[in-house]
Amino acid sequence: MQAISAKIIERAKELMREGTVTKVAGWKAGEFFYDAEPNIFETAESLDGLVYNRFCAANLSKYMIKNSAFESAGKVLVILKPCDTYSFNQLLTEHRIDREKVYIIGAGCEGMCDIDRVRALGFKGITGIDEKGDGKTLVVHTLYGDGEVNIDDVLVNKCEFCKGKAHKIFDELISDNEDEGPRGDRFEGVRALEAMSPEERFAFWQGELSKCIRCNACRNACPACSCRKCVFDNAASGVASKANTDSFEEKMFHIIRAFHVAGRCTDCGECTRVCPQGIPLHLFNRKYIKDIDEFYGTYTAGEEAGQRGPLITFTQEDREPNSVSDKGGN
Amino acid sequence: MSLKKIALTELDRFFSAIALKKKIYLPVEKAGQYDYAPWEPGITYHPEVLHTVKSAKSVFFPQSEDLVRYKRSGLSLAITEVPPEDEEFVVFGVHACDVKGFEVLDRVFLSDPVDTFYKARREHGTVVSVMCPQPEETCFCETFGIDAENPGADVQARICEGTLYMEALTGKGEALLEELGGIVAETNEGKDSEAYAKAAEEHKKIMEKLPLAGLTTDGFGAEADLLTLFNRPEWKELSSSCLGCGTCTYVCPTCQCYDIREYNTGKDIRRFRVWDSCMYSDFTMMAHGSPRPDQLQRFRQRFMHKLKYYPDNYEGAFSCVGCGRCLQKCPVSMNIVKVMKTLGGADHE
Repeated sequence: MQAISAKIIERAKELMREGTVTKVAGWKAGEFFYDAEPNIFETAESLDGLVYNRFCAANLSKYMIKNSAFESAGKVLVILKPCDTYSFNQLLTEHRIDREKVYIIGAGCEGMCDIDRVRALGFKGITGIDEKGDGKTLVVHTLYGDGEVNIDDVLVNKCEFCKGKAHKIFDELISDNEDEGPRGDRFEGVRALEAMSPEERFAFWQGELSKCIRCNACRNACPACSCRKCVFDNAASGVASKANTDSFEEKMFHIIRAFHVAGRCTDCGECTRVCPQGIPLHLFNRKYIKDIDEFYGTYTAGEEAGQRGPLITFTQEDREPNSVSDKGGN
Repeated sequence: MSLKKIALTELDRFFSAIALKKKIYLPVEKAGQYDYAPWEPGITYHPEVLHTVKSAKSVFFPQSEDLVRYKRSGLSLAITEVPPEDEEFVVFGVHACDVKGFEVLDRVFLSDPVDTFYKARREHGTVVSVMCPQPEETCFCETFGIDAENPGADVQARICEGTLYMEALTGKGEALLEELGGIVAETNEGKDSEAYAKAAEEHKKIMEKLPLAGLTTDGFGAEADLLTLFNRPEWKELSSSCLGCGTCTYVCPTCQCYDIREYNTGKDIRRFRVWDSCMYSDFTMMAHGSPRPDQLQRFRQRFMHKLKYYPDNYEGAFSCVGCGRCLQKCPVSMNIVKVMKTLGGADHE
């Protein structure tokens, strides 16, 4: 990824100098090797601080809502990984981004790593990571000695179940990946939940959701959560609590959010990636995606801009709600 | 002064003995993450865990708590006060950064007007600190003058070769160890004993190697010029990635802002307070709207509070203890260290 990182910087500088774009949304080198932050670069010189490496998991699509707003001057260049392009398309479908104001470089991706998963393997005081030539192993340097991990064991959840290496929208591509299609069975975790008894499933979610601190990181990172005023921020709604004051509330927030993004969620995985408590929120979304696939035929939100999703399209063949709940009827 | 000790393998007896008389809070695992919660039989203490997700402040200043309840019937209004904490409890396993975090909160909540709920918990709580296990690369407590090997609190403890050594530093701490006389053993070893001193020396060596070891507060604090700092153009780029979530505030041991809300249960009205976040759009919302309509202003507020306003109000003390939680938890990897490195050092006129 080092090679394409240099190409991206070079190309971004060119586009800025020739006046095609006035700003660049990318990742800026951080304090450590793993903490590059999303950044809006406003000068060609500052682009020397741009990085694209194994730790650039953040999805930049949502930043385009603000940066493509009609009052912003000129075009903004955004670097999107294959999975990020689904979110971008979905935002176009929802008229949240002005396509004319954005120039997309589709960047190839070999899968992003999650520093929390490296920590979970017992590494403490991590000071560096080198990728071995085999493309499968990482050498982890720490204050307490070195060790090795298998890349597959520390991938970000969304990459563990990568949707494929094909960009769904772009102006130009900087990539040397072949599209090998989806990786793994992303509904595996949903099946495990479906196989549980209702009591077991309740206990599972109770355990996970009771950790929630209502920081709203999942909502604020989610490209499908783009309401200008969220109901949970609206004091007049009566549900705008800032904390989970009881066990009902901690479930309500997440279940309402999952329902609200159903049919629009592209499974970009940001919710789970950003959760400070490690709650596997993507399982809600994948459950709804799986149900939609089964009830209405396979549908992938963000596959292309302007799609009409099954939940907002009526056909006479649509299943009746009671056929789903096994309560009889047609 | 001699130390008291107990083998780590005996800790359950230690916790049980305390739990007979009072609640004991310690880092408890739940679905893979640790937070402070009451000990119960079957819960194991994990000395290798450096940080809970929420800091230990949540014991003294919980994320949400009822303040008063009231109920209207006809023309009368019945008000039920929620009494402040009146039972003794113990908080076990607090590391140096979080202990220092309590001091940051004390200056705010124990000065006039005194926060009765916080004060009651502080008075009834006995804190047992433990020298932290292997520090992470994100740690920078020494920047704020914290002595990680000697965390302070009522009882200060250190783990050496499978044994927990304890030293009472306050009357409350002495009383606790006194009560546990049958459980903890009196040692003849002083603080200068070989094993005890060696554990701290090894810890110190790692502290010196930490990547953030040289970080200073230069350019911030009571001496810095407020308006120069406030008007620095770098705030724009620093805040450009901020999602406006509350993660940094909620995992922070020193963030102290709260909101007061009411909830109609259908039977009565509960007035409660909850942690607030200056990163939120409705923070300090007033009749005319928000005083900080942009994320840049909200972002700046958080760091100005920690590095400038708080020091101005409390004799130069900073409102950061270098625990590094925000470095590990921010969804976009923006944090106070990046702010300090960008804006700190020599004054940029």
